[in-house]
Amino acid sequence: MRLILRNLGFYLLAFWVSITLNFLLPRFMPGDPVSRMFARTQGGMQPEQLAQLEKLFGLDDRPLWEQYVTYVKSVFTGDLGISITRFPTPVSEVIGSQLGWTLLLGATALVVAAVVGNLLGIVAAWRRGGVFDSVFPPLLVFVGSFPYFWLAMGALYLFGVTLGWFPLRHAYDAGLTPGFNAEFLASAATHLVLPALTVVAVTVGSWMLGMRNTMIATAAEDYITMAQAKGLSPSRIMFRYAARNALLPSVTNFGIGLGFVVGGALLTEVVFAYPGIGFQLLAAVQGLDYPLMQGIFLTITATVLLANFLVDILYVRLDPRVRVR
Amino acid sequence: MDSARDEPVLDVRGLRVEYRGDGRSVVGADDVSFSIGAGEVFGLAGESGCGKSTIANAVMRLLKPPAEITAGSIRFQGRDVLALDGRELRAFRWREIAMVFQSAMNSLNPVLTIGEQIGDIFTTHEKLKKRAARERAGELLELVGIDPGRLKAYPHQLSGGMRQRVVIAMAVALRPRLLIMDEPTTALDVVVQQEIMAQIRDLQRELGFSILFITHDMSLMVELSDRMGVMYGGRIVELANAKDLFAKPLHPYTEALMNAFPPLTGPRRELTGLFDAPRTADSCGFHVRCPDDRSDCSANIPDLREVAPGRWVAQSAQGAP
Repeated sequence: MRLILRNLGFYLLAFWVSITLNFLLPRFMPGDPVSRMFARTQGGMQPEQLAQLEKLFGLDDRPLWEQYVTYVKSVFTGDLGISITRFPTPVSEVIGSQLGWTLLLGATALVVAAVVGNLLGIVAAWRRGGVFDSVFPPLLVFVGSFPYFWLAMGALYLFGVTLGWFPLRHAYDAGLTPGFNAEFLASAATHLVLPALTVVAVTVGSWMLGMRNTMIATAAEDYITMAQAKGLSPSRIMFRYAARNALLPSVTNFGIGLGFVVGGALLTEVVFAYPGIGFQLLAAVQGLDYPLMQGIFLTITATVLLANFLVDILYVRLDPRVRVR
Repeated sequence: MDSARDEPVLDVRGLRVEYRGDGRSVVGADDVSFSIGAGEVFGLAGESGCGKSTIANAVMRLLKPPAEITAGSIRFQGRDVLALDGRELRAFRWREIAMVFQSAMNSLNPVLTIGEQIGDIFTTHEKLKKRAARERAGELLELVGIDPGRLKAYPHQLSGGMRQRVVIAMAVALRPRLLIMDEPTTALDVVVQQEIMAQIRDLQRELGFSILFITHDMSLMVELSDRMGVMYGGRIVELANAKDLFAKPLHPYTEALMNAFPPLTGPRRELTGLFDAPRTADSCGFHVRCPDDRSDCSANIPDLREVAPGRWVAQSAQGAP
């Protein structure tokens, strides 16, 4: 418990640092983005939009520390400013409406890839040198070495355009209102298949290889021989003795993957026009929507920290040796 | 009844184990024969790499490729161990023969509690429920003098001596007829070593199992064993009653091995090393330093011959020790 509290303290500190950086960076940026954006939109900006930008870049005349206090206060009250491209929607609302989709897509792909990859790795290592072990690792590494966008476009063309099995874009059919009814959930699921599957296809190989290699090293440990001498069933030895120990590095990788769920799905969301954070970030960059970008960066940092914190807790549960008193 | 008592618990005949590599094979054990009677402690001594552990693993059928049993038989109470199929083998292991491994430090799974690791013996072999298995595990810990409250402890929370005692408790869990101990005290200091040995002796007196005791420490072995064999280069070179063997070793290797442990008292003597030539196809490797004239056996280690009732030594037909 104390370990968790100590970690929590560390993560709060890291979060504070990231908020501060997020506050300082635009203010120290050279040049004057406001006038640049103003020139680009050729006077098409509302006065409120200008005021929003000036506030963001610290062009209001208050001293820096006063602005900082206001900024931190607004972050903790969820006020991240107003989006420029989707004026006058607040940034927090834009992110909030899309974070769910990103999390759904990223988490689904990550969990499926990790579970399937680890299981394949366990079996391959246990039947080392067998047919399964000779076929799967090279095949999956081959698939995984394709450039992701190429594979995604190919899948979209084949399964979406030519065969018409899956929808081409968006997260659910137009005309449906989001809610917990069968029709909407089915629609969301069919829209999820292609983007998630392509991510799984390119990542599952590395999960499998990682697990296979750790598992082979673990299988040589004395406690595995001991378990065999005890006459335990092969499945118990495989899972409770070998895989349970070999899983630990995979958990670390899972944590890293979880952190990148929000920030890493950009390519997927762009190819499949999936309405998530990555898709929105691209739009924000193209539209020079600084408040939205800032908000998204903050969200990504927060999720990375949160994911790491969760994995820390999980790791303590899984490996008794890290529970220090 | 009497005939059953006379029948050896374990009978190994002409056992040969080879480690097969690409186009080359190394003989780990060759033509090894010995038997262990009911309640008997049989010691197997020899330097590292002489094939002691290979024998132990062969008896439990724990050898992994590239190791392979290529000749000989292993019978346990009349049953052919080498003929057991997967299911029979799992039921046979631990119930009939249990084993304490060389590195007790590493023979416990770091992520399971002691209780779970003792308990799964009972859930597997006796189909006990978890709760009942836990109770039995607690009784076992008490048997080796550990507080049953430590059932919830993980291996890293125990000292080396405690871990070894946990492993010993696990080994006697199902009251096996034979216990194999592969250098059970190597990683422990002398004091703990004595405690563990005393514990093993007590348990053996109480439960009456036979022991196959493996070590390179001759003095430790003589203390515990009834009979013992000395191994060299994958072969048994001398086999006799432990006290006789210790009092008057007949094979020069046995003598050299005994001299490798300097006595604490008595006059200073120069230590003689064991051997200094690699064992190859045409040299046993030991004859270079062989004290007696054994030129007749230099090419190969000869078969065992019975020189007196119960005393076997590896020597050629005409050679006198």
